[in-house]
Amino acid sequence: MPRVSFEHITKTYGLLKVLDDLNLSIDDGDFLVLLGPSGCGKTTLLNLLAGLLDVTDGRIMIGERDVTDLDPKDRGLAMVFQSYALYPTKTVHGNLKFGLSASKLPREEIEKRIAWAAKLLQIEPLLNRKPGQLSGGQRQRVAIGRALVKNVGVFLFDEPLSNLDAKLRTEMRLEIKKLHDQLKSTIVYVTHDQIEAMTMATKIAVMNGGVIQQFGTPDEIYERPANLFVAGFIGSPAMNLRKAKLSVAADKVEAVFASGVRLDVSDYPFASPPRDGDDVIAGLRPEHFVLTATGPVAASFTVPVQYAERTGPDASAYFKFEDELLALRVEPGAAAQLTPGQSVAVSYLKGKANLFDARTGQRM
Amino acid sequence: MTDLTATQKALGAEVAVRSAPYFPRKKKAITGRSIAVLAFLAICALFFCIPLYVVITTSFKTMDQIREGAMFALPNVWTLEAWDHAWNTACSGTRCEGLKVGFWNSVSILIPSLVLSIGLSIVTGYALALWNVKWAGPFLFVLFICAFVPFQIIMFPLISMTATLKVYGSIWGVAIIHAVLAMPVLTLIFRNYYKDIPQEIMSAAVMDSGSFWKIFFEIILPMSGNILIVVLILQITSIWNDYLIGVTFGGLGAQPMTVNLANLITISTGTVRYNDNMAAALLTAIPPLVIYFFVGKLFVQGITAGAIKG
Repeated sequence: MPRVSFEHITKTYGLLKVLDDLNLSIDDGDFLVLLGPSGCGKTTLLNLLAGLLDVTDGRIMIGERDVTDLDPKDRGLAMVFQSYALYPTKTVHGNLKFGLSASKLPREEIEKRIAWAAKLLQIEPLLNRKPGQLSGGQRQRVAIGRALVKNVGVFLFDEPLSNLDAKLRTEMRLEIKKLHDQLKSTIVYVTHDQIEAMTMATKIAVMNGGVIQQFGTPDEIYERPANLFVAGFIGSPAMNLRKAKLSVAADKVEAVFASGVRLDVSDYPFASPPRDGDDVIAGLRPEHFVLTATGPVAASFTVPVQYAERTGPDASAYFKFEDELLALRVEPGAAAQLTPGQSVAVSYLKGKANLFDARTGQRM
Repeated sequence: MTDLTATQKALGAEVAVRSAPYFPRKKKAITGRSIAVLAFLAICALFFCIPLYVVITTSFKTMDQIREGAMFALPNVWTLEAWDHAWNTACSGTRCEGLKVGFWNSVSILIPSLVLSIGLSIVTGYALALWNVKWAGPFLFVLFICAFVPFQIIMFPLISMTATLKVYGSIWGVAIIHAVLAMPVLTLIFRNYYKDIPQEIMSAAVMDSGSFWKIFFEIILPMSGNILIVVLILQITSIWNDYLIGVTFGGLGAQPMTVNLANLITISTGTVRYNDNMAAALLTAIPPLVIYFFVGKLFVQGITAGAIKG
């Protein structure tokens, strides 16, 4: 199963440059998620790979083959669309079969593959139905089945779960992940849903404005966001980003906030030696705050509660810190005891802070 | 006045007539206004029905009764003689073979021109709507302009073109002219219909098969039921009811039924056989009616069966 690489890809619509000199390469068997807000170019990139759009400049390789100028059907890809895009006048069987119409396979092989995909996706009882008679989840399975029968090395998914309800989305997410583990195929998956990205991907490419902001494993993206955009985009509630000034002493490096709160970042792995007085932006994850510290902490301060909200197993509390809201993840039990206006002492765990250069927005 | 009457006023007189019985407070169900509406509708209906009544009854009368002059009387003796005469032996010019000649001419004009016009325009519309065609925009604009050129303006060039092609005065001549003249409008209709097919279905088909014709026949054509019925009704009626193209390009040997009918009723000698004429007119009008009845039913079925989300 092949490796996919984009080399110096540029795509323009008239005068509008959507992608500019983009490079990205994924390994055999990777589950790549292209993640980004609407209009960031992620779907454009997928359509370029599929061959549904032509690249303005650059090269797309699948394995050792240059597919830049190949027809979509000749690229050895299968795609699952957001709206399922099932053929409404064909039965499920007909839909799966049409997926194989470009490959000149013998009839038994076609039937064998349809039976295999139907069994894998548990859509065997539906084979003689038309798409209009199926539920959303069933249509989604058929759409995946139509891609599976092609038996190709690379699967493309274009926001396939966004039309499903929340429960079904969680189920299908697991199933797609299971399929990937089973088939060991390469998958390129476009979504704006960070939970889908975090749960399914082996690699995430966070995109914004046609530029890949960061490319890495879900853990890397979450733990070590490369810049302010990634830091703010990944995570819910979002990372708290606050302006601070560095204070460098002989044995201690601290980030000092406007209110005078000092955050100890002595153990921060600076890329270049920190300088006293540098303007930085400190990124503090909501879950790295604690109300009652048991271990070493980087900072402790007292802030007034604004409100708390419970989201099932979790709860978030919002505090007023330097005229802005500071989000914290708290235990649901503790959240129930917080009353608006009450002042609470909070601590930030040691070694968990993210620092970004205030001028460039890049990770320090 | 109460709120109810105000609402009635707003909803219009027709609703007022229908909803009147549901208001038990009013003793009289029919108001002055609704009587006026009913009277107007009745006059409208009579306006169409009386001539039709005269045409139908006259076609079943004998010439003897017609000469008596009682136009609205029912036939004394119901007879199909006039229908038989109009179909088999009425004279058009010097040929006395009745309307059946024209009928079969019309049928043999209708079928090839239907196949030609729909066949060409459906594929053109499909290509323009769903494939990347170079200059598709300007091409559509030209089509749009063509759809509004009156036939009379290009009649003479068309006559000389058909003469060069050696089809002038033949069934094929009339059929081709019909097909050519219908092309712009039909192409626009198909193109607009196909523009509404979700782009993703087309993308999926391109990735699955990539073949222009395979996608057309297996995916697009089965989705075109509704629009085909609409176009079929449109084309059948316009071709069947056409007179001008038939009389211009049909010559003497390929006159459609309408031209045949016109020749049949305009005689300069002898008595006017009103019963024959009425029967002939009815015979000419029947085929489109039959199409309406049969295809119209399919049309309704097509609308309900096609309600599938992409």
